[in-house]
Amino acid sequence: MRLLDQLHFNGQLFLRHRVRTVLLLLAVGLGVASVIMLTSLGEGARRYVDREFSALGNQLLIILPGRKETTGGAPPIYGAAPRDLTLEDAQALERLPAVRAVAPVIAGTAPVSRGSRSREVIVLGSTSAIFQVRKMDVAQGKILPERARSEALAVCVLGSKLKLELFGNRRAIGEWVRAGDRRMRVIGVLEERGESLGLDLRDMIIVPVRTAEQMFNSPGLFRVLLELDANADFDRVEDRVRGVIRERHEGEDDVTLISQDSMLAAFNNILTTLTLAIAAIAAVSLLVAGILIMNISLISVSQRRREIGLLKALGGSSRQVRQLFLGESLLLVSLGSVAGVAVAWVAVLVVARLWPAFPLAPPWWSVPAAVATALLSGLVFSLIPARRAAALDPVLAMRGQDL
Amino acid sequence: MIELQDVNKTYLVGESPLRALRDVNITIDAGEYLSVMGPSGSGKSTLLNMVGLLDRPDSGSYRLEGTATEELGEEARARLRADYVGFIFQAFHLINRLTTLENVELPMMLAGISPKKRRQSALGVLEQVGLADRAGHRPNQLSGGQLQRVAIARAIVMKPRILLADEPTGNLDQASGAEVVEVLENLNREGITLLVVTHDAQLGKRARRRIRMVDGQIESDTGDGNAPAGSTAL
Ligand SMILES: Nc1ncnc2c1ncn2[C@@H]1O[C@H](COP(=O)(O)OP(=O)(O)OP(=O)(O)O)[C@@H](O)[C@H]1O
Ligand SMILES: [Mg+2]
Repeated sequence: MRLLDQLHFNGQLFLRHRVRTVLLLLAVGLGVASVIMLTSLGEGARRYVDREFSALGNQLLIILPGRKETTGGAPPIYGAAPRDLTLEDAQALERLPAVRAVAPVIAGTAPVSRGSRSREVIVLGSTSAIFQVRKMDVAQGKILPERARSEALAVCVLGSKLKLELFGNRRAIGEWVRAGDRRMRVIGVLEERGESLGLDLRDMIIVPVRTAEQMFNSPGLFRVLLELDANADFDRVEDRVRGVIRERHEGEDDVTLISQDSMLAAFNNILTTLTLAIAAIAAVSLLVAGILIMNISLISVSQRRREIGLLKALGGSSRQVRQLFLGESLLLVSLGSVAGVAVAWVAVLVVARLWPAFPLAPPWWSVPAAVATALLSGLVFSLIPARRAAALDPVLAMRGQDL
Repeated sequence: MIELQDVNKTYLVGESPLRALRDVNITIDAGEYLSVMGPSGSGKSTLLNMVGLLDRPDSGSYRLEGTATEELGEEARARLRADYVGFIFQAFHLINRLTTLENVELPMMLAGISPKKRRQSALGVLEQVGLADRAGHRPNQLSGGQLQRVAIARAIVMKPRILLADEPTGNLDQASGAEVVEVLENLNREGITLLVVTHDAQLGKRARRRIRMVDGQIESDTGDGNAPAGSTAL
């Protein structure tokens, strides 16, 4: 039997059983569309993170106190607690070649208030370098002065939302606020920029690092951010950083270094895995569609017993009958897949239009994977009905009543 | 061309075995015109299905054109069936969603013959049964006699050597029945081997060779299937 003839034959069947066909097309189409749309969400999240990171430039190196043993091995025998990472450590790193800027960070939360208005926000203690490293700028006023490197000045820069909460639309520059138990003068307000690396820049306060040290009574830094030269060799810089720390920490380089790349890679990994998991969950709907196809095909086989018997009497072989039934399912799944892909494509376009900030897009593998899963599911679940049809005894099948 | 030797077929009906064919021996030559008669349940249809390769004997041998069919697999039997045998059923067995022409083309489509050739042959045989003008109709738009003639067209479109008709007039009135018989006998005159199972004594007598079955056995086998037409009493 020719392929075209088979397609025509199956097509006539679909036209004859419109409701059934539409139902199955819907099941397959929805399954395929949901796989594509859900994976688009996951991929969108990955791209979003990717974009956020690259907005910071790729030359960021983060130093955390203490060593995270990720390569196994025994923990150090003595010196149970790691040494603090100090401001002096950070300043020593400034002298390294290929290091463009060093921003020490002390972080904590404290109530920030003005008059009767108060808000609990994140306090970031740092130097003027933080603005360069995190690509932040002020909308009004000034950033932290150079002297903030070493002096506990009573000045601060407010996030845009915090400023709005405390001052409304009035001018904040030069006014005083209370952060924790200290009074400080507002010298700048950050420009509006939303989240960056999970930190809501709008709802926080930046103070000189020494000030934060006193506020939180902690000599240790939360972390140190390094911005490197554009063409810096990360491995070499890492070695040098460890060298400096070892020198200052009595031979122990008890810090953890995270490069922007490795962080991005980790995020990428997590989000890709998540997307795959979502895809697998969505694929369950294709399994359900397959089971639906099986049930309906089984009904169809028993309804078309006489026709199957006739085909055999007219010289059709069991193999041809099996092919007819498998072909019917595959054709149906193909049509459903095309519809599903089209629907998903339109949906992604529409959402992208409505919500341009989120880079929604299907990952490259999602369309082939969804269609392949649908086809496989259709094939596997129509094996039993097709086999049953092929095994029908023509004499028995043609017995009985009129058409 | 058809040679059945000691063919047996037993069906299990519940617990008890039912011998539908017992030691049937029959040889049919090309061009014969046979009728098979007998009481209900005597094995007439079983014999016909056996000859048409729709059924397999439990024991005995069936040679078709010299081929020992009992040794063939399902695929090969299907091919033989397509090449040698045309079936006509009491209930017509046309597919309702297909047009007359498509129904007639069906055996050729299964055989993978090109649409152009198919159309030509199908229109040719529809002409032969006098239904060329009904090619685009659907089965539910045709009368019983016309339906059976479409079924005959379908049975002969592959130019088979053997035509097997199981009560071809069973669902038809006198007039349409006569038309159908006429078409069948014309085909036999042109050389096709014709086997007709019937309850209708009138029709049975028209055949040049008459077989009577009782309880799965051939009780009588009279006449000469290849005698010149007109030599049998009508
Ligand atoms: N597939 C089957 N399973 C069980 N019994 C069967 C089967 N096919 C035929 N039989 C039985 O075998 C016997 C012969 O059947 P067959 O159909 O050949 O009879 P028939 O002579 O054609 O009868 P009728 O004139 O009623 O059509 C009957 O008793 C029938 O019930
Ligand atoms: Mg019968």
